[in-house]
Amino acid sequence: MTTHRGPRAALAAATTLVALTACSALGTGDAATPDATGGTSGGTVTLVTHESFGLSDGLLEKFEQDSGLTVQVVQQADAGALVNQLVLTKDAPLGDLVYGIDNAFASRALDEGVVVPADVTAPAAADAQTYAVPGDDDGALTAIDLSDVCLNVDSTWFADKGVTPPTTLESLLDPAYRDLVVVPDPVTSSPGLAFLLATVGAFGEDGWAGYWAGLRDNGLKVADGWSDAYYTDFSGAGGDGPRPVVLSYASSPPVTVPEGGDTPRTAALLDTCFRQVEYAGVLAGAKNPEGAAQLLDFLLSDDVQADIPGSMYMYPVSSSVDLPDDWARWAPLAEKPFEVAPADIAEHREEWLSTWSDTVIG
Amino acid sequence: MTTTLARGPAPTAPAAGRAARVRPALAWGAAVAVPVLFLGVFFVQPVAEIVGRGFVTDGRLDLSGFAEVFARPRTWRVVGQTLVQAALGTAGAVLLGVPGAYVLYRCRFPGRGALRAFVTVPFVLPTVVVGVAFRSLLVDGGLLGGLGLDGTVTAIVLALVFFNYAVVVRTVGGMWERLDERTEQAARALGASPWRVLTTVTLPALGPAIASAASLVFLFCATAFGTVLVLGGRRYGTVETEIWIQTTQFLDLRAAAVLSVVQLVVVAAALTVAGRARARTERALSVGGPAAAHPVRLREPLDAVAVAVTAVAVLGLLALPLVNLVVRSLRTPRGWGLDNYAALAVPQDTLAVSAWHAAGTSLRTATDATVIALVVGGLVALVVSRRPRGTAARRAVGGLDALFMLPLGVSAVTVGFGFLVAMDAPLGLPVDLRTSPALVAVAQAVVAVPLVVRTVLPVLRAIDPRQREVAATLGAPPGRVLRTVDLAVAARAVGLALGFAFAASLGEFGATSFLARPQEPTLPVVIFRLLGRPGAENYGAALAASVLLAALTAGIVAVCERLRRPGIGGAW
Repeated sequence: MTTHRGPRAALAAATTLVALTACSALGTGDAATPDATGGTSGGTVTLVTHESFGLSDGLLEKFEQDSGLTVQVVQQADAGALVNQLVLTKDAPLGDLVYGIDNAFASRALDEGVVVPADVTAPAAADAQTYAVPGDDDGALTAIDLSDVCLNVDSTWFADKGVTPPTTLESLLDPAYRDLVVVPDPVTSSPGLAFLLATVGAFGEDGWAGYWAGLRDNGLKVADGWSDAYYTDFSGAGGDGPRPVVLSYASSPPVTVPEGGDTPRTAALLDTCFRQVEYAGVLAGAKNPEGAAQLLDFLLSDDVQADIPGSMYMYPVSSSVDLPDDWARWAPLAEKPFEVAPADIAEHREEWLSTWSDTVIG
Repeated sequence: MTTTLARGPAPTAPAAGRAARVRPALAWGAAVAVPVLFLGVFFVQPVAEIVGRGFVTDGRLDLSGFAEVFARPRTWRVVGQTLVQAALGTAGAVLLGVPGAYVLYRCRFPGRGALRAFVTVPFVLPTVVVGVAFRSLLVDGGLLGGLGLDGTVTAIVLALVFFNYAVVVRTVGGMWERLDERTEQAARALGASPWRVLTTVTLPALGPAIASAASLVFLFCATAFGTVLVLGGRRYGTVETEIWIQTTQFLDLRAAAVLSVVQLVVVAAALTVAGRARARTERALSVGGPAAAHPVRLREPLDAVAVAVTAVAVLGLLALPLVNLVVRSLRTPRGWGLDNYAALAVPQDTLAVSAWHAAGTSLRTATDATVIALVVGGLVALVVSRRPRGTAARRAVGGLDALFMLPLGVSAVTVGFGFLVAMDAPLGLPVDLRTSPALVAVAQAVVAVPLVVRTVLPVLRAIDPRQREVAATLGAPPGRVLRTVDLAVAARAVGLALGFAFAASLGEFGATSFLARPQEPTLPVVIFRLLGRPGAENYGAALAASVLLAALTAGIVAVCERLRRPGIGGAW
């Protein structure tokens, strides 16, 4: 290229850019905005959710066909921030239905009046009722799925070292497990918060901070988020980290079956779990509350409930669908997970997090 | 971009174009109004609204939050940590980056273009990926585990330098490359040692560009949030991480508002200092000469030092984590292979799109953002490059300059949450922008504008005003002066600005991470989602997608570099 062609090249590039713009996101943006009052029978329904939401190909499309609704999904990176965003936008809600409020934030959503009761007709509604938030008598939040947040161990690591893996929360204080545990920060991670709640449930209001002091003194590592802990610090997830005990989910082990093997490399410690329940609810002030209710029913339908384990790594609330085989074998739920009442969580969360920070982070 | 700038002062098309010839004041008015309106709607108003909520209780102004927040010892600690980390990060980036700018923009060697593109890659990597790239080296048992750096301030600072190295290299390099070599040659002919030439001729001439780069880096460092949390943890929290926690986790808008004001004060102070430094060193330079690049002269001690420093920075700091990333992306449950890359072509279970598709979305969104940023940033740079005679006018121009730097210095979460409360009906119009894909591009552009300004401005400012005067005396109307003098010079910075803005948009800094995403995810979002799922396949695919993002960025930056052939003035 000669120097004379410089400006022409620049010009061409600029023109290309402008041309590209014409067919890019800006150009199509308006058509996709949810408040475009659709002319079809059901109109548009907007689902507000977190980054982990996803369904197998074709499921949402089938719902759209059956219902005549157009579903718009808007996703937000941080599950914890989701409820706070909904609170902030109460007067002009971001959509019609929210999915992904967990029991650690459920009380705040209810107290702030972010969601309103809906008429749920799906057969699984009775199953969902089992997980209803205490005090939510009108059913503003409907349970969709659940999981247990539990410590996971790298069984291969322990077998190689000839060390017996820990089984309970208390056993982690044993000097034999010094420098072996990594958990995500409860302030910046929602499973991290769930594990903090597990210890509150296990040791009570007066005992949990002392337990964490013990963990700290036994070489606990705190990572920023679940991904950091699981992939970088943990030894059993493909990232080759140094620590064989990590906070993850009861549903994590099945994906660690090694190539050619039939037993997962990792196992969940079912005596260390906190049950996380995810709810959906029709947003107060929704433009399309009927559509939202239909979508809510759809989330409880057998099709979606059966799809949830494979697509979102959660357990369905419905008792009428089967779990995938490897889940049934390698990912049982805890029989007695630790519990903390949502109202207690709402009341003490900040105080507990602050105590936790003072104890563990310093 | 060139066309953009050519039409710059008259963005409202032919009518304004005619006015520009008749009444330049009107055109300049428009050149100021368009960017100010953009910034007002998409930055100032959302930030004011969310910060305002923190200071209003039951409809009354309530400033008691200040006393409360300042009474917490933690507040003072995070302010101190913010300043220390940002200062160290800036110092590191400048010390390593200035020699890098010399080697990459003043020396000629095979592979220079590729290397220039390569150093920009860290700039776009999502923090979770930087976390993987760095931390898997630093953890116990990692390649550099023996250094004991995991979770330390040193790790944070190294990552900040990793991230910002390109900012210094590109900003300073763009200027260095077109410094007239004859001044240096004259000094040497008069007997000055190379060291003396460097310190008394070259570096002073580069002063404005170095100050420009340093202020950008300082802002990036002071508002870094993922990097700090992933590499250091909350122990080394900064004002930014504290705002994030107070807003997203506790919804304590009062504390967040106070901290936002604190952040604004810190940033304003930094900008003032940088502005002073720039003003002191700023002067018209001879930049009209041909681009002066010479082969590497390793016999000369200064060249040898510059090459050595650059080699250490590029190989040790930049390449090591990136190579680590590539190596990890090639590891599969079945041994080494390209499986993870093959997986990118198919839609990941439930992400609804393949990584390639997401890359397309990323490119389109980044293109939108880049166009917006170039128009707005180009206008700002043009206006700010003028030195009006009146003191008030000069202050106003300086104020405009600082105003457009603020998006880099104000917390992303503040802007993001501000969008939520302000964008349901911007300007009172009945358009809900909050869940529109357009807002993602706009949010990216807000962050890219200051980068464009800082890249183009030093070049425009270096134009000797006499050049314009001569042109005017020779009878050129104002529009023609603009075209033949300013735009001809600015066109050379276009490639740099373009690449920068594109990279910033691809990397999705700032408020984008807090926006509610419509269906079509961009590549960084897909990476984030993949890393949030268990399983070696997801992990591998996330790393492969990160490498794809890196390659995409390097490719685009390389193409943009080619647009900036020096010595094209005559064609205008």
